[in-house]
Amino acid sequence: MPKKFVKEFNVIENSALNATNFLIKVQSDTELPEIKPGQFVNVEIKEAEEIFLRRPFSVFEVDKEKNVISMIVKILGRGSRKLTEIKVGSKLSLVYPLGKTFTYPSANDKILLIGGGSGVAPMLFLAKESGLPVENVDILLGARSKEDHINVDSYKQYANLHYASEDGSLGEKGFVTQHSVFTTNLKSYSKVYACGPDGMMRAIAKEAKAANVFCEVSLENLMACGFGVCLCCIEPTTKGNLCVCTEGPVFNINDLKW
Amino acid sequence: MVDLKVKLHDIEFKNPVTLASGTCGFARETAEFFEPGLLGGYFLKGTTLKNRDGNNYPRMAETPSGMLNAVGLQNKGIDYFIENIYPEIVDYDTQLIINVNGSTVEDYIALTEKVNELDKINAIELNISCPNVKEGGMAFGVSCPGAEMVTREVRKVYDKTLIVKLSPNVTDISEIARAVEGQGADAVSLVNTFLGMAIDAEKREPLLSTITGGLSGPAIKPIALRMVWQVANAVKIPVVGIGGIMTATDAIEFMLAGASVIQVGTAIFKDPMIPVKIVEGIEDYLKRHNMQSASELIGALQV
Repeated sequence: MPKKFVKEFNVIENSALNATNFLIKVQSDTELPEIKPGQFVNVEIKEAEEIFLRRPFSVFEVDKEKNVISMIVKILGRGSRKLTEIKVGSKLSLVYPLGKTFTYPSANDKILLIGGGSGVAPMLFLAKESGLPVENVDILLGARSKEDHINVDSYKQYANLHYASEDGSLGEKGFVTQHSVFTTNLKSYSKVYACGPDGMMRAIAKEAKAANVFCEVSLENLMACGFGVCLCCIEPTTKGNLCVCTEGPVFNINDLKW
Repeated sequence: MVDLKVKLHDIEFKNPVTLASGTCGFARETAEFFEPGLLGGYFLKGTTLKNRDGNNYPRMAETPSGMLNAVGLQNKGIDYFIENIYPEIVDYDTQLIINVNGSTVEDYIALTEKVNELDKINAIELNISCPNVKEGGMAFGVSCPGAEMVTREVRKVYDKTLIVKLSPNVTDISEIARAVEGQGADAVSLVNTFLGMAIDAEKREPLLSTITGGLSGPAIKPIALRMVWQVANAVKIPVVGIGGIMTATDAIEFMLAGASVIQVGTAIFKDPMIPVKIVEGIEDYLKRHNMQSASELIGALQV
């Protein structure tokens, strides 16, 4: 039996969350396999002459009953831009499910989830799936300004929400690593998870390492195949060069050469 | 019923569709999508005598209708393959062919001797055309004396089917093909990637850590097709056609130009199921054209 699939999904929603982030929902007419936070789909970008390869996107939500996969597409380049133009009712080809999930928290863990840029989706998915009481889950989201943050108020039922913005227009001013939740409370968490721009994750990893806190990051290295054959998305680790698509995208920071 | 079987030297493929080295891992990865036995064979990831970490990231750049790669033969070495991978794939009902690489002739010989002992491996693909390694690789494949020397020495220690993979980065690929044929190659496979380059104009930096890399994908198909046709007309040994094959029609074009077997490469990054669709498409073509066998396509170009 296959473990991975290539299938055309029906696009059932494409809505702008703000100027650069879009929520795209796709539905399969067959049952979905189990898909967990951190895992991703590789999406074909059609009708774009200059785009040859698929584009990987973290899974944001899965509705097992309706066989719907949601993703938050942030416009980062021509591929993601083209994808945000897709019409409801059209088809979208996905390769799925790809990659590995996070180490799930145990019942008495207190966790911090830090998301920035295109890395917000898997953090929200993990918050929802963690099964922990709200008081033990903190989500810290970073963006340039209020306009760049997406509205995640509905996640209040799963976590305490904290915001950082570079211009101070939402939450505390500065980077996520300058936020009080991070600077004063880091050691109070038993697990820290992060996904976002490389610089952000490296800064978080550095502090988490110094504080000796368990920390996993989800990497966004450039990919071609997404299933471990092209060896293009490699990350140097203590176990050698590993494919982010199959050995990750989630890595423990102690395994990385950061 | 049409017969999809084709022969390459003395080994039989259940159909002409195989996967290209460097794009199908060790056949286990695509087995997560489809039954390995659906394809004629797999040219496994380029293997060296010892572990190689490959080149630094970034190793890939998307280009119009294709991509550049600069992986640099990352693999764990032949002993790891024999101990850990071979037992896992040995029962796949398909041809498994090892792509053999070396920095020196001695490396090629030592590696080939080990591969010669593996019962299920009926052929090797001697890679003298990797553009992404500093030593060996393409250096052997861009001159007739270099190509002749490696082929001759490996021929001495290998008694099964020897396929030599040729580089397109030469003035006349037919000359190299004739040179390796003269030293006992049983078949040639072509083409490996074309040396190319991509630049980030905004940053004024190369997109690959190695500056240059190998171009693959449909962008190279017409050139690869021309080379397969030229080589098929220049040698008596069979030809394995490679280069930008995305569809059954592409595969059939390579066979008409003279290829006995074809390899699908970069296409599977776009859709891992493409090779299976190509097998179905060839079958459909044969039926539509009232042909009995896939082997009737080989070299059937009417000029």
